[in-house]
Amino acid sequence: MDGMHDLGGKQGFGRVRYSLRAQTFHEPWEKRVNALYSLAVKLGIFNMDEYRHAIERMEPRHYLSASYYERSLTSLATLCVEKGILTQEELERRAQGAFPLASPSAPGRGNVATRETLKVGDKVTVRTDYVPGHVRMPGYIRGKSGVVVGVSPAYPFPDAHGHGIEAEDEPTYDVRFDSRDLWSDSADQAFVHVGVFESYLEREK
Amino acid sequence: MPDQTHHHQTTASVEARTDAIEAAFQERGMEPANFIREFKHLAEEEWVPENGARVVAKAWTDPAFRERLFANGRDAVAELGLSMPPHHRHLVVLENTPKVHNVICCTLCSCTAFSIIGLPPDWYKDLEYRARVVRQSRTVLKEMGLELPADMEIRVWDTTADTRYMVLPVRPANTEGWSEEKLAGLVTKDAMIGVSRL
Repeated sequence: MDGMHDLGGKQGFGRVRYSLRAQTFHEPWEKRVNALYSLAVKLGIFNMDEYRHAIERMEPRHYLSASYYERSLTSLATLCVEKGILTQEELERRAQGAFPLASPSAPGRGNVATRETLKVGDKVTVRTDYVPGHVRMPGYIRGKSGVVVGVSPAYPFPDAHGHGIEAEDEPTYDVRFDSRDLWSDSADQAFVHVGVFESYLEREK
Repeated sequence: MPDQTHHHQTTASVEARTDAIEAAFQERGMEPANFIREFKHLAEEEWVPENGARVVAKAWTDPAFRERLFANGRDAVAELGLSMPPHHRHLVVLENTPKVHNVICCTLCSCTAFSIIGLPPDWYKDLEYRARVVRQSRTVLKEMGLELPADMEIRVWDTTADTRYMVLPVRPANTEGWSEEKLAGLVTKDAMIGVSRL
């Protein structure tokens, strides 16, 4: 889905809040949230693709205003409700207030049947797919061309795995793009590498 | 999203919402308190940048290890007793040189090789870094205190799948003869993300 989470290349954001030896956690509840969703994954209640997708499904205004760990918390609660572990009513009764959840999921998809095995050096184009469910293709590479510089082992295909659909594992390819091909002259010159699933790519003929 | 018209009550605080889930897990026999204790240990004691620093120092001093690290990062770090979660099936080590600078990010969420370089810092997960570093790499690095020469090539790596990346910094000058342990003391999490050079 082309959700609010797909931030790469979005303009208008200010300086990075950088500090030396920056912390990961600031409040005790943040570590608990991280532990609780890790526990749910460990217990097989949901997988990491479902977890990521439930964050992506947050209403955009909620996504942008929530802290990182509030997004984790929302995903955890949403999936526990969707999987029948908890109900929103129970959570709201316990929390003594509203407990906003993410929006319902749209359908996922299986592997792309016409995908091809690629190798380092191949010139590739990212397919112009628009999918309603989970996808790990950042919007800024859609339809863009690059060169394969690395090949990974096969991973669960997120577009299926994030929706509980059976699919074949597939490799990802580290694809090198030129920032000028991505954003013309409105970018700093650099090579931008993205880990792209096989189903998202076409070999250039 | 719940139907907002049914919710006239105020949104509960994040702490209260976290308490609610923990209590519900507790009631269902999922023993969240034990896991939270275990997680805190991992986060505070195990997933620390000192792991990656050992990898870097070893790569600086042992050319054969360096080659194995480039060929298969996951297997090479295992030689040092370091493990990665099962879903991190591939570790790619990115070599900085005097003419090439690598920097990693995750525009979609916050993915990192956390068991090796440490859990991601707050700014890495912020909207600003995620939105900007892919498009304005040189500008963002300069704002963060790293001004790169104009002729240095920048390579940005967006962690959009389950392959994990870490930057191998250039060994600082005047460190000939230093022990691995002393060299490791120079290596920071930020240098392995690529927002600083040593």
